[in-house]
Amino acid sequence: MAALCHSRLWLFVGLSLTVLFGAADAFCQTTTEKAPDTIEARLLACAPCHGAVGEGTSNAYFPRLAGKPAGYLTNQLVAFRNGRRRYPPMNYLLEYLPEEYLAVMASYFAAQRPTLPAPVAPDVSQQMVKLGEQLIEKGDYNRGIPACTSCHGPNLTGMEPAIPGLLGLRASYISGQLGAWRYGTRTATAPDCMQIIAGHLTEDDVKAVAAVLASRPAPAKPDPVPKGSFGLPFACGSQPQ
Amino acid sequence: MKRIAILLVLCAASLLAALGAHAQNKPAGNAADRALIDKGAYLARAGDCIACHTKPEGELFAGGRPMLTPFGTLYTSNITPDSETGIGTWSADQFYAMMHTGRFPDGGLLYPAMPFGSYTKVTRADSDAIFAFLRSIPAVKQPNRPHDLRFPYNNRSLILGWRTLYFNEGEYKPDPKQSDEWNRGAYLVEGLGHCAMCHTAINALGGSSDSEAFQGGLIPMQNWYAPSLTSNKEAGLGDWNLQEITDYLKTGISARGAVYGPMAEVVYNSLQYMTDADIRAMAVYLKSLGQGSPPGAARATVTTSEGSLLLTLGKTIYDRECASCHGAQGLGKPPHYPPLAGNQSIQMSSAVNPIRMVLNGGFPPGTAGNPQPYGMPPFAQSLSDDEVAAVVTYIRTAWGNRGAAISAREANALRASPLD
Repeated sequence: MAALCHSRLWLFVGLSLTVLFGAADAFCQTTTEKAPDTIEARLLACAPCHGAVGEGTSNAYFPRLAGKPAGYLTNQLVAFRNGRRRYPPMNYLLEYLPEEYLAVMASYFAAQRPTLPAPVAPDVSQQMVKLGEQLIEKGDYNRGIPACTSCHGPNLTGMEPAIPGLLGLRASYISGQLGAWRYGTRTATAPDCMQIIAGHLTEDDVKAVAAVLASRPAPAKPDPVPKGSFGLPFACGSQPQ
Repeated sequence: MKRIAILLVLCAASLLAALGAHAQNKPAGNAADRALIDKGAYLARAGDCIACHTKPEGELFAGGRPMLTPFGTLYTSNITPDSETGIGTWSADQFYAMMHTGRFPDGGLLYPAMPFGSYTKVTRADSDAIFAFLRSIPAVKQPNRPHDLRFPYNNRSLILGWRTLYFNEGEYKPDPKQSDEWNRGAYLVEGLGHCAMCHTAINALGGSSDSEAFQGGLIPMQNWYAPSLTSNKEAGLGDWNLQEITDYLKTGISARGAVYGPMAEVVYNSLQYMTDADIRAMAVYLKSLGQGSPPGAARATVTTSEGSLLLTLGKTIYDRECASCHGAQGLGKPPHYPPLAGNQSIQMSSAVNPIRMVLNGGFPPGTAGNPQPYGMPPFAQSLSDDEVAAVVTYIRTAWGNRGAAISAREANALRASPLD
């Protein structure tokens, strides 16, 4: 019908049948449906990689977004839009979107609570599992590595407004991100605490932490803890205290 | 647009310093100065200076943005009023001469990535307003980064040849046979808007000829096709009503189609800030350009039997993946889900844009008139080359659309297109 509205109809221009035009215009308009005025409809573009409510998909490199603090998600969206965090398909999609809208997107995904995926048994040696557990719970004082839990929360669910939870992510995504921090291809607002910490990690550390985090079951309460629940061991530009 | 567009290339600070005697650097004190600066800020929006002269997360107008061209990488210049690294020592005369003739104050030649071929049409009064605005912004000390051009393009004297072929100096001359509104639109489109930088084909010498003005072309390095503004079979707007054109230019969406690709940058950084009167003037002029110059007939790159196989598969994919938004009959749900039936943008002889939209998806720009745009999902991961070719063939030929079938090879070739 639109073809009729928009192209064929114009072939009849020579007929100068203005009455016909008026009728056709009215008909074209009455057949026009409206897009649903919802955030879900607006964000369909995110679904192929992140799932309809940010629950993640079968692709291990695309992260779950649901339940991460809105401030964290906004920071990432802004970093992708500005090109500081590099991933061309994301950089392309967000390039001409205002920050207010990115914050709305972030709030939507932050509020979702789909079930976490089933944990995956670590595919590393017992010794590596021990190393991973150690770094997650205790860190390594001598190497300047704080425990993951000291910032990401005792249950690793993150802290409002901008520290992400670490559960429900797959090992390949976590090791990919820690690798990017180590090599400086992923950066955050200075002081960039995560880059400093990742700089102290070895490849084995990364592998061990990623495998153990991906094997952790969902916590009873998946929400990020409130802002200021505990002090951070480092100053972090993303999470002003 | 941003990559091929623009560049104020500044030469050595020492040369500029010698010219500093005429510099005027007084702060804007009175209402007349303020009004001039405001006018300049508006015109700088119309010229979209910010898109090239500010790098992401960089200081406003301090330059340094890499511009990929077929000849190498250019880095945009600092146009803040810093006297060492910016244009702080320039006079209004020198600024006008640069805009009008494409020459630096020392006589050196600008690379035509800076659209002086369009800016030459800007009036002296408007140039002075833009200059006053640029004098009023914070000075940033950031030295210009040298360009990285391949031999022989790193030889600036080659620009002389380019200018001889493609540069016509001269302010915009109003057409007395047209209305004031039409002339205002023509002035903005041909001058500050520098629309011809993308919408006129660029040849191997990086030039675009007047005789082919606004006839469309593939944007080098970006792999997006900038459609003809003169052919109603492409993006010619002769068939659109003024409301549809102004909606498209100012908000990024319309009843006929949404803004995507490099045009999103233009709407986001420039057009959404234009007054309703100026947008309407541009619409009046653009509509008058689109007067049925016949384009070449679309030629299929596949055999007829292959084409009909593609159509069958394409309909299956369309009904499964696309129809929920764009409608089984391609009517869409405008303005947010664009109609595909009768949509000029997907039927052009170049199938680059519809293929890329299917592969990469995309959001129209977020604007004051459409602050939370609807995004189209990317299908690069979920559809094979055959499936992309099939669905694009389907939308190009169903519902009376008169595009041609495309091959899986064409779809595959665009998977590697740059996304930034």
